[in-house]
Amino acid sequence: MHDTMTALRIEARWALADTLAMARRNLIRYVRSPELLVFSTINPVMFVLLFTYVFGGAIDVGPGNYINFLLPGILVQTVVFGAVQTGVGLAEDLSSGMVDRYRSLPMARSAVMAGRILADTVRNVFVVLLMIGVGYAIGFRFNASVAAIIAIPIILVIFGQAFSWISAAIGVSVREAETAQVAGFVWIFPLTFMSSMFVPVHTMPGWLEAFASVNPITVTVDLLRGLSQGGEIMPSLWQAAAWTVGLVVLCSTVAITQYRRLS
Amino acid sequence: MVQVREAPERQAMGGARPDAIVVRGMSKAYGEIQALDDVSLDVAAGTIHGLLGPNGAGKTTLVRILTTLLPPDNGRAWVAGFDVAREATQLRSRIGLAGQSAAVDEYLTGRENLELVGRLYHLNRSTAERRAVELLERFDLTEAADRRSKTYSGGMRRRLDLAASLVADPEVLLLDEPTTGLDPRARRELWAVIRQLVSGGTTVLLTTQYLEEADELADRITVIDLGRVIAEGTAQELKQRTHGDVLSVVVNDPAQAEAACRAVARHGSGVARIDDDGVTVTMPVAGGAAKLAAIIRDLDTDGVAISDIGVRQPSLDDVFLALTGHTAGADRAD
Ligand SMILES: Nc1ncnc2c1ncn2[C@@H]1O[C@H](COP(=O)(O)OP(=O)(O)OP(=O)(O)O)[C@@H](O)[C@H]1O
Ligand SMILES: [Mg+2]
Repeated sequence: MHDTMTALRIEARWALADTLAMARRNLIRYVRSPELLVFSTINPVMFVLLFTYVFGGAIDVGPGNYINFLLPGILVQTVVFGAVQTGVGLAEDLSSGMVDRYRSLPMARSAVMAGRILADTVRNVFVVLLMIGVGYAIGFRFNASVAAIIAIPIILVIFGQAFSWISAAIGVSVREAETAQVAGFVWIFPLTFMSSMFVPVHTMPGWLEAFASVNPITVTVDLLRGLSQGGEIMPSLWQAAAWTVGLVVLCSTVAITQYRRLS
Repeated sequence: MVQVREAPERQAMGGARPDAIVVRGMSKAYGEIQALDDVSLDVAAGTIHGLLGPNGAGKTTLVRILTTLLPPDNGRAWVAGFDVAREATQLRSRIGLAGQSAAVDEYLTGRENLELVGRLYHLNRSTAERRAVELLERFDLTEAADRRSKTYSGGMRRRLDLAASLVADPEVLLLDEPTTGLDPRARRELWAVIRQLVSGGTTVLLTTQYLEEADELADRITVIDLGRVIAEGTAQELKQRTHGDVLSVVVNDPAQAEAACRAVARHGSGVARIDDDGVTVTMPVAGGAAKLAAIIRDLDTDGVAISDIGVRQPSLDDVFLALTGHTAGADRAD
């Protein structure tokens, strides 16, 4: 009994060490590949500037300025788009034979995927803080308690992780970087635009409004808007929590099962 | 604590030379394709075993099963005394794998690649760093150690990949076509490293399509084709399977190659065939040299002008032809 406990503890410690080693490797790759850095930082910054200055005047979001409405949406978009990279990275490692090497080592099996998701989470923390900084520079202001302000990046990172699991499940299934890229964006694009991210849902036609209101992106964006501007956070808090937990449980199961079945 | 147990097969065999790899009745199918069909083999500890076969023979499939990457359909295997199916974790800490395509992280430097692998073998940081330095030195990569491996040449990448498979000083090393894509000099250098490893006690299973490579390196050779073992033995034993020597004739004019074939066929103990170059005709002959005079006379009578003629020991290429009825390199589809 004691022995099994000790063995489990040792195993858990190794699993953690392996995950950290893999996360470090993935972060080094980020820092050293300009295209990934540009994709995950310059792109969202460009989005926020374009939307604020090009559409900002035309979109009526009621009282308050558009950037206060827009930024929570762009933050969610950033972590959701960023999640595609989780699947692309995994698929790349699968097709290049890196995963074969890892699987032939005595490392924890979970560490390849966990290290990937951890690295993407660290990147999200960085990008979210950068984006809030850019938002501040062009007029965004929090109108909320300190607790709410701290909760915002945490919620974003957790939500981003849920999407990373979807992407991981796609990545291990298709095993090819380009396919993972296409398979990632083909549903993420419509999903993000058919939400309250850029415009209020009540301006959409009825059928679209019905879809947009239950969209996990809408409920998360609404939650962040409520938190950042001191508005209503119910029921979006529960809806967002339910979506996030549901997605993580379902997609991590699929991704891990697929990874274990690799041959 | 992990107990090192002997595979049952290994105990049964007893003796002073324990087998580092034991494969029994191994089969694996991908849908319709039977990639491995009842393969058995033994590799004595401290030897180099060559697994020789053309494209699609099942070499990679066997290596993947032995490194726990792929579960077999049927059959069992032990590597370093551990069962591939039941003791995968212990097995993995005792083997090194260099797969068919070099698994090198292009964004990391050579040193970082090796250190990462060391950490994943659960070496402590200083040991991992020291091993990286040693291996970079040994594979002549010290100068390039802190450059991203993206900038490495194909040969450097191969060497780095092989170095990575040696990080934990494995008992058993599995190399899947380690010299594919290397120039002849780099290939010879790699051979020297492999020989050196074995002299240090490591067991090596290496797959190859190069008959010369198996001949040069391997203590014993298993020839597989279409998933089946078709021959096993030392290079010398396999060569004897062609029953004698090989006659080769080089004609001046490719148009006369057919005529040369007919002329020599009267004296041979096998099929005469024209090589890819179109001017060399080869054929197994029993009692080689004694027949030379008669063969030259016949060629002369038939009006075939030759630039060279000789009798040589059969190469593994000839062996392959004798065993399979086709030359190595011919695909499953043919
Ligand atoms: N994942 C797979 N799915 C389907 N068929 C496969 C798969 N992997 C291998 N095969 C088939 O199994 C057979 C054996 O393949 P294997 O890769 O083991 O051959 P090999 O001897 O390594 O060939 P090569 O010299 O080309 O590397 C081939 O016919 C191949 O097409
Ligand atoms: Mg192969």
